[in-house]
Amino acid sequence: MTRFITRNGWVLGLLALLALLFVFTKAIQPFYGAGDFGSLARAVLPFAFAVAAQTIVVIAGGIDLSIASMMALTSVTAASMMNGASEEFALLVVPFVLVMGLLLGALNGLLIVVTRVPDIVVTLAMLFVFQGAALLVLEAPGGAAADWLKALITGTVQLPGLPEAITAWVPKALVLLVICLALVWIPLRLSGLDLSLYAIGSNPLAAFRSGVPVARTKILSYALGGLFGAMGGLSLTMSTGIGAPIPGPYLLASVAAVVLGGVALGGGRGGIIGPIVAVIILRLVRTDLTLLAVDPNVTAIIEGTIMVIVVMFGAYIALRGRSS
Amino acid sequence: MTEPLLEATGVAKTYGAVAALRNASLSVRPGEVHALMGANGAGKSTLVKILTGAIRPNAGRILIRGKEHRVHSPAEARRAGLVSVYQEPALIPDLDVAANLRLTRTPVEPFRQWVRELGVDDLDLRDMARDVPLAVLRILDLARALAIAPDVLLLDEMTAALPANLAEKVLDVVRRQSRAGRSVIFISHRFIEISSLCDRATVLRDGETVGVVDIAPGIEEKIVELMLGAKIEKARAAARRAGKAAKPADARPRLKVRNLSVGNKLHDVSFDLANGEVAGVVALEGQGQDELFAALSGSTPAAEGSIEVDGMPVKFHRPADAIGAGIAYVPGDRAEALLMQQPVRENIALPFSAHWRNWGPIDRRREGERVTRAIERLQIDTRAQREVQRLSGGNQQKVTIARWIAADVRTILCFDPTRGIDVRTKQEIYRLLRELATQGKSILFYTSELEEIQLACDRAIVIFGGRVVDVLPVEIADEAALTRAAYGLPRNAKEDVGILADLPNPPASSS
Amino acid sequence: MSQGTAAVPQVSLGRRISRFMSDQPLVPLIILLIALVIVLQILRPGIVNERWAANTVKFAIPLAILAGCQTMTMLTGGIDLSVGTVATMGAFIMVTQAAFHDPAVAILIALVPALIIGFVNGVGVGVFRVHPLIMTLGTSLIGMGCLLVYQRSVIATGTKVPEALAWLAIGTTYGFPNALLLFVPIAAFIIFTLNRTGFGRLLYALGDNEKAARLSGVIYWKVIVTLYVLSALLAGIAGLLFIGLIKSPSLSLAEPLVLPSVAAAVIGGTSIFGGRGGYAGTIVGALILQILTTLLTILQMPEGARRILFGLIVLLVTAIYLRIIENR
Repeated sequence: MTRFITRNGWVLGLLALLALLFVFTKAIQPFYGAGDFGSLARAVLPFAFAVAAQTIVVIAGGIDLSIASMMALTSVTAASMMNGASEEFALLVVPFVLVMGLLLGALNGLLIVVTRVPDIVVTLAMLFVFQGAALLVLEAPGGAAADWLKALITGTVQLPGLPEAITAWVPKALVLLVICLALVWIPLRLSGLDLSLYAIGSNPLAAFRSGVPVARTKILSYALGGLFGAMGGLSLTMSTGIGAPIPGPYLLASVAAVVLGGVALGGGRGGIIGPIVAVIILRLVRTDLTLLAVDPNVTAIIEGTIMVIVVMFGAYIALRGRSS
Repeated sequence: MTEPLLEATGVAKTYGAVAALRNASLSVRPGEVHALMGANGAGKSTLVKILTGAIRPNAGRILIRGKEHRVHSPAEARRAGLVSVYQEPALIPDLDVAANLRLTRTPVEPFRQWVRELGVDDLDLRDMARDVPLAVLRILDLARALAIAPDVLLLDEMTAALPANLAEKVLDVVRRQSRAGRSVIFISHRFIEISSLCDRATVLRDGETVGVVDIAPGIEEKIVELMLGAKIEKARAAARRAGKAAKPADARPRLKVRNLSVGNKLHDVSFDLANGEVAGVVALEGQGQDELFAALSGSTPAAEGSIEVDGMPVKFHRPADAIGAGIAYVPGDRAEALLMQQPVRENIALPFSAHWRNWGPIDRRREGERVTRAIERLQIDTRAQREVQRLSGGNQQKVTIARWIAADVRTILCFDPTRGIDVRTKQEIYRLLRELATQGKSILFYTSELEEIQLACDRAIVIFGGRVVDVLPVEIADEAALTRAAYGLPRNAKEDVGILADLPNPPASSS
Repeated sequence: MSQGTAAVPQVSLGRRISRFMSDQPLVPLIILLIALVIVLQILRPGIVNERWAANTVKFAIPLAILAGCQTMTMLTGGIDLSVGTVATMGAFIMVTQAAFHDPAVAILIALVPALIIGFVNGVGVGVFRVHPLIMTLGTSLIGMGCLLVYQRSVIATGTKVPEALAWLAIGTTYGFPNALLLFVPIAAFIIFTLNRTGFGRLLYALGDNEKAARLSGVIYWKVIVTLYVLSALLAGIAGLLFIGLIKSPSLSLAEPLVLPSVAAAVIGGTSIFGGRGGYAGTIVGALILQILTTLLTILQMPEGARRILFGLIVLLVTAIYLRIIENR
């Protein structure tokens, strides 16, 4: 039991913090209801996918600076494909864009492995490439999204047998997030590939000597990151109904949430739950600040300060743990 | 003539203009324990990497059971029946042991059995690999290799970081492998193990195989001759007298350690270190010697006790404090001490700039003089001008010591400085330490090779279970006496322990 | 044992050239620079003249200064992503303060946030061991927020770009940009610090092997705090120069320079892992990027295509450069 707590202490702490924040939110806004929770879930969705993408890449020992522009690219591609097309066509668009994300990510990984240029530089360069490609697809925000796609994240899930009062608190966006994460993460665990990802992030030489195909695994990590990025791009189109070629603030948020979520930037450590919880916390903090009618500029200061303090705190704990 | 199980011929590998291997060959018979020997830089590790698939050779054939094999990755080597245990642990630090086994598809039960055979009783599979002590990690690597019953097992400096008790188990297991018809390629610098374990030895020099000899009593001379290419005086000093160089009666010790306790590994340790003496430290693995050196060098704070330097009590919070008191630390792992991408001169001059007073412009001329003098004194081969990582292990070690000679530090703490170093460089290091002592410097010298104590030290401080159990003057500090003391046995015990307890006396203690 | 004759490697001209190039890492960079200029001349004959050269240098200088911050921090294995915010803050605060203060005073006030941010960065990275990427991103976020708040409080007052600064940033004397008066000492300072001072040596040491440095008596946090304060000060100065050039203060003034500053340092041969690199290469890298931007502009491609090309070229140059260096 103690082992479980020490291994997952950080995530448990985050969950406790999240719970406290909800209590706080309810305290300052007694009317905070299921509807608000739903909009929170919808707002979190693209951030959560960005974070999931970054988490996988970081666990495998890398980093991906091109995530936000990859999201923009997939978003405008989906939006322009669905523009003026039938609802059925969107059924093809979704898998197409997902495969596209997979390939874009794999491209990143391939370039990193083949050119041996550090991942920061490769993904930095590809950030420009994807951004340019997005601009070529759509010069300005536009396009459309199929109605059924948009409906996929609006509202709540009607579960048979459960009263309205409970299902009201189960937004579709959240369910979609969980399903998408599980669809990727579970096969990874079952196949043992997750161990390979951790291995190359922890110690590439030891991984090589343990028989892990390092290059292929690295490319896989970026490909999966691209897949999540495409999901994030799709979620953007689904919630706004259009595609925007300029990348949003997802890069900074993804890196911050990864660190706040207890994943070591050096790789090899951490899980997917922590960063997701962290990103929800960040969003909730922002909501709370708005509810408290705080000046939006000050919000940025507070968010930044929280990030810095938490990270310093986490690093401090890691330091004490190492020296004991 | 039995057909060899593994036969490598004409193996060559060049890196740019440097030929790491020219014409290396190795032939291992079934059921044989075959030693692979050579000075540092002779090409041993390159040959090992080629055999195990880590790098590809430019030329050469490798036949396993008569069939030619192209081994391009550790996984392929494994499939061909060749498994190696490297010097660095191959377990993934951030995964627990069980996950590591799953990762490499190692069968768990055979693994556990081997772990127990090798003398590790208390292994919890759910422990994180990074929390497992180094010696145990090495054992786990070996157990992993044995669990898949390889035809050829390659052990690279397997016993280097092991305490004598675990080393003995390893040698035992190797013998059993050979009796079961499997072969072992054994790389080690320790002649005593080679002679007791191996059937034949292949010697590499300058990238070529220069000889294959049968192991028989007295073969060490021939092997050293092959390794070095010339007859070398085996400077086996007779038992030296402590204090033979007329030492000034400097009553005040340089270092006075009293009741030092560090963490839960070192307890109540007290001793003095005089000016002009080389004091050896002897201990089995993990008996607290790491903590002792860490505390004296300032890397770890002492929980209890006191340290006095020149009669004045000191408190070290970081290595810079110790250096300020004239105490410098030379770690056993060269990778810890060297700036690999920097040239020799930068490595030596590093401490000069550490203090913020010295952050300003560098006096190139004066610095250059000090550095050059240190390089000359240690006879460092600086042909590889640009980066220190190009130097051989022996030369690298010399650089780590040269740094403190150039800084003219009064006390040097050397932790296993001759680990994995060729014979010639070892001699040079012993000579240097004696020289420094004659100049009034004080040295604390930990070694895991007990024969070195009599070659370099004035006395031996033996630590067992975190306490000082004996201090032996050099005259009586031979390997047998030291080993007894290291196991915590009283000085005149009659039992033979450890690897000294070979035939005809069976080991007194077995698992 | 057969006495195998080792084949004497025929050192081809190609091999010798690549060896020379990796021993003198500046040479391939300068060759690339010249090649780009030639391409430019071919695409738009006549463009390469004194005025163009002066303009390119003028705009490259702020980038080069910021890239200098990256060079120094990257040597220790770190990075400083707060340079954009610090530069913008410096610029914005200076022009708003210059409206009612003496220019010199305005400049001093403008550099105060740089000192603070640099110090916080240094403490975070040096004392608390936070990853520099995160730390500097965080402080840049905080800084930007503070700047937004500040902007609202001075929204009524006007802005003024001091004459001297404009002269420095925009003017030329005998064809040479006056900004060189500021840049050359800065560049000389950085190069001297890295090559000939104890502090510079420690930067390389910390990036190469922090443990070894520690065992040699180096006190990590002292070096790091000094480093990030220095970096922030330089970024502030870069901002001052930049606004002299651009004249119109905006809240995202220097943001577009951040990622290119990293690219310039990397192209210039500084390893992102630390322990290797130098400023001379970075300067050439900044020039290369500047010329690249010009090249892409006159190609009259849509913005999207230009971005794609920019990214691909950065990647290509770095990959080739790495190949050359690794062949040592």
